[in-house]
Amino acid sequence: MRNLALAAALLAALIYPLLVPNYLITVGMLMFFTAFLGQSWNVAGGFAGQTSFGHAVFFGVGAYTSTILHVSHGWNPWLAWPVATAMGGLVGAGIAFLSFRAGLRGSYFALITLAFAEVFRIVANSATFTRGGLGMLIKADSRLENFQFTTPIAPYYLALALCLVSLGIAWRLTRGRFGARLVAIRENEDAARALGIDVFAEKVKVLTLSGAMCAAGGTFYAQKYLYIDPSIAFGIDKSVEMLLVTMVGGAGTIFGPLIGSIVLTAINELTRNAASVFPALKNVQPLSLIVYGAMLILIVARLPDGFASLLWRRRHA
Amino acid sequence: MLEVRDLSKAFGGLKAVDHASLDVRAGEIVGLIGPNGAGKTTLFAAIAGFHKPDAGRITLDGHDITGRPPHRICAAGMVRTFQITQPFARISVRENIMVGAYFRTADRHEAANLAEAVATQVGMGNQLDRPGSDLTVAGRKRLELARALATRPALLLLDEVMAGLNPTEISEIVEVIREVRKAGVTILLIEHVMQAVTSLAERVYVLNQGRMIAEGTPAAIAEDPQVIEAYLGHGAAKVMRA
Repeated sequence: MRNLALAAALLAALIYPLLVPNYLITVGMLMFFTAFLGQSWNVAGGFAGQTSFGHAVFFGVGAYTSTILHVSHGWNPWLAWPVATAMGGLVGAGIAFLSFRAGLRGSYFALITLAFAEVFRIVANSATFTRGGLGMLIKADSRLENFQFTTPIAPYYLALALCLVSLGIAWRLTRGRFGARLVAIRENEDAARALGIDVFAEKVKVLTLSGAMCAAGGTFYAQKYLYIDPSIAFGIDKSVEMLLVTMVGGAGTIFGPLIGSIVLTAINELTRNAASVFPALKNVQPLSLIVYGAMLILIVARLPDGFASLLWRRRHA
Repeated sequence: MLEVRDLSKAFGGLKAVDHASLDVRAGEIVGLIGPNGAGKTTLFAAIAGFHKPDAGRITLDGHDITGRPPHRICAAGMVRTFQITQPFARISVRENIMVGAYFRTADRHEAANLAEAVATQVGMGNQLDRPGSDLTVAGRKRLELARALATRPALLLLDEVMAGLNPTEISEIVEVIREVRKAGVTILLIEHVMQAVTSLAERVYVLNQGRMIAEGTPAAIAEDPQVIEAYLGHGAAKVMRA
């Protein structure tokens, strides 16, 4: 039954861009792309309980790595993509190594990730190899072999593919030893240690994975929009977005980030259009942020396990 | 099997454990008792790698494990439980035990089978799908035991598995511990329930203010004037004898 529903949803996602206008294709692309970024956060923040406020650091590293390789060194962006992904993993491992070696946990870890993202943003803002605050422009050359797109359909399918890969990763985590260890660490670090889990190593591993995934998203973003600057790449907005979709959808669940992304992207688009229907709302911008805020309050108070808990009743007290 | 020699651990000015030594031989059940604040749990934590001892040496099967991290010690075959139970609250009993089982196998089915076997062994076979947070105190104590057993230890350190249980539950868990030993696991236990210690342990160590003050059979320990004084106060031994 559940498999049937998933197959139907996948089929719908596959034929969707063939049936709707371009605007809605792009909205769909954003949904899947945000779900992918959310999943990268979810792997570390949801499953392993390592809440990060600065995941943009990985997003930005991915975006800048591929863009620098492409723009300044003439690499093909497809070739730069895996390098950017690896860089994200490396930065994840580095941040995890430094923070966890120092014994940072919980809110302290969250703050240190925020600090790292800010440091990277400031460096990108002042260094010459990132072109400072000007940002980096990728020269338009809309050919697919150049990782650029002429129609909204290609990025839609690419975002869908990324999202599916991330769902597969999350699914694996719920089925295997690595994931079980991450959940054990989230639930109780001392008990996990007593049961023979090398907590430090597992945390470094999961941040490597999370950082690599997020960086892959950074490259996709750069190639889709052909421009990045320090605040787009390393700004707090991206970090919050990843965290928000996951919390809204359900942290530590396979479909949480996707559900959250669908809900938030829909709200985003609806509120944007609301202003044209109700002119009185024109001065209340961005309306979406107000709705986000109200929703976050409701979720935290009434539905701490996110919307996913409505679909699959989880067994906790 | 386990040898602890002159182990010391201080927190600031407080010597929690002061040159304590003990031995556990393969196949034994050894008790560690002492008044509240004697340093039992600290000694346990130091043996299991949770605290780095300031001085002393711990060997397990002849290998020096002093100051090794817990996961290494677990790999060497020694695992601890917690006095204050630490269940993984939001996952099921089965998944809780599987975390331990994954220490020996990477295979999900094998881990699940091992978890079920261990759950049956400790009498939790019918609670496999309940979340960890739903368990009673007795259930949590059993879960601690089950998770530790799932790592397939040679030596089990049990920290007050009977505290907070009623007499029926105590006699049940005493039976479980006997069975565990019969299955070939050596056990070192901290316990306050003297009746349980007497019925389970062959030998007992008494820790007081961080020092090992006595060692012997439960019967001999109960007669030891130093032990009586440690529990009942200075001069108590004389009164008891009178």
